Amino acid sequence: MARTIHLDLDINGKTHGLDVEPRVTLLDALREHLALTGTKKGCDQGQCGACTCHVDGERVLSCLTLAAQVEGRQVTTIEGIAGDDGTLHVVQRAFLEHDAFQCGYCTPGQIMSAVACIREGHAGSDAEIREYMSGNLCRCGAYISIVAAVRDAAATLGAGQKAEAA
Amino acid sequence: MRDFSYSRASSIEEARKAALQAGAMMLAGGTTLLDLAKCGVGEPDQVIDISHIIGLDAISIDERAATIGALAKMSAVADHPAVLAAFPAVAQSLSLAASQQLRNMATIGGNLLQRTRCPYFRDPATFAACNKREPGSGCSALGGVTRNHAVLGTSEHCIATYPGDLATALVAFDAVVDLGGRSVSVEDFFLAPGDTPDRETVITPGEMIVGVSLPTSAAARNSTYLKVRDRQSYEFAAASAAVGLELEADGKTVRDVRVALGGVATKPWRAREVEQALIGKALTDETVTAAARLSMNGAVAQPASSGGNHYKIELAPRVVARALRTLGGLA
Ligand SMILES: Cc1cc2nc3c(=O)[nH]c(=O)nc-3n(C[C@H](O)[C@H](O)[C@H](O)COP(=O)(O)OP(=O)(O)OC[C@H]3O[C@@H](n4cnc5c(N)ncnc54)[C@H](O)[C@@H]3O)c2cc1C
Ligand code: SF4
Ligand code: FES
Ligand code: FES
Repeated sequence: MARTIHLDLDINGKTHGLDVEPRVTLLDALREHLALTGTKKGCDQGQCGACTCHVDGERVLSCLTLAAQVEGRQVTTIEGIAGDDGTLHVVQRAFLEHDAFQCGYCTPGQIMSAVACIREGHAGSDAEIREYMSGNLCRCGAYISIVAAVRDAAATLGAGQKAEAA
Repeated sequence: MRDFSYSRASSIEEARKAALQAGAMMLAGGTTLLDLAKCGVGEPDQVIDISHIIGLDAISIDERAATIGALAKMSAVADHPAVLAAFPAVAQSLSLAASQQLRNMATIGGNLLQRTRCPYFRDPATFAACNKREPGSGCSALGGVTRNHAVLGTSEHCIATYPGDLATALVAFDAVVDLGGRSVSVEDFFLAPGDTPDRETVITPGEMIVGVSLPTSAAARNSTYLKVRDRQSYEFAAASAAVGLELEADGKTVRDVRVALGGVATKPWRAREVEQALIGKALTDETVTAAARLSMNGAVAQPASSGGNHYKIELAPRVVARALRTLGGLA
């Protein structure tokens, strides 16, 4: 019989209790145990970025993170970034406006990565966006529109911050 | 991935004790451990999560040295203003490695202990022979596709490249690994494969990397990490160089120079012959090119018929020379 451990995970502001084998990754916990299937599994080996989530506000790969490792930390997934009333996040809107996808499989990971990339201050130029978004592969090759969406969202969010500071 | 038990260590002592148990492995960021567990290479029975130990992620720096805790994240060190100022090559070796997601997870201690990317090593289901995994089983890379294998420090038993960028920068600047009870220079910490490719470092069971310390120097302050690879980002080095340079007051005579190579050797590789050839000489295109060639003394390439790695013998000296020219204002 498989040994399971009990975990209480804080995901998108809610606590979820679950009993899983210790080897279960955060990615599998989300998708297979909590029905949060927005986070995608591409390679399952740290090479594609499709599984990108935030832990304590920082982007990480959920396929190389054990669910047990994030107990006591705050996890945010693609399901958790829109407003409570369904208003899309600035980055989500920018991806729509720029048509920054084709099949859409890499998109949740791209968006989670982009939100963090902008927050880190690593979206200052197209070259910087390309370098700091390089952990997210897109098999459809939507890169040009992805860079445009990130650039646009960074400008919108930057303007918002300036307005707030003023 | 085979299942394992999971526990959290709350102190260094607890972690070291737990790690002495059979089949136990420490987990820091987990980006090597889980990757290899999924490949069926490293299959722990017990995972000891050390990432919750408090205080082991500190970064401190004064005029004499920098001390970096084993649990400091790659991204935190890469962006640390004082590290960037005193050791630009070290910061760059981290920001040019992996991706931002991985750098947010991976730790300095775990980074040093990352394993080779030799595709035969990583695929036990297809390739049974690998002396690093299974001593005495042979080497599937010999006679295979060796484009990314080492040309320096190889043996007849293993030609796997040490893939890390950070350790390459650390070895250039005389960094020391703090193992709690003892300290070992990064240069001596890593072992060439020889007859025992399964032994990669001097660390013993139950030992733990507590941190890394680096003496400051003028050469470290004026340093750079140049990484050349098959794609522009998110890729291991085909050849890389960590280089530091201090010139005399005349602005052209070399007082101190540090050169280390990545992506071409079985361990982080200090190129002392290049350094010796330049100290006391004027830094010119000619002296740089001639000295950089010495970095490949003793290099052995695999046959071209196997998608070989001969190109590294041409590429690595160019990478060294370009880094030196950039630092010396010749570029
Ligand atoms: C897709 C991909 C691309 C990558 N690209 C690069 C690259 O370009 N350049 C590069 O340098 N690296 C690269 N890496 C490797 C990455 O940097 C390492 O996986 C990472 O640094 C390991 O750190 P960690 O904290 O996650 O280690 P873990 O996976 O937690 O641990 C690694 C090993 O070290 C042991 N360990 C960890 N901490 C300690 C300690 N304090 N004391 C004793 N033992 C310890 C563990 O038991 C384990 O055996 C890449 C990785 C991936 C997956
Ligand atoms: S080169 Fe080393 S790691 Fe690769 S198959 Fe041969 S023995 Fe194994
Ligand atoms: S699924 Fe995690 S990086 Fe590809
Ligand atoms: S939109 Fe298809 S993989 Fe990116």
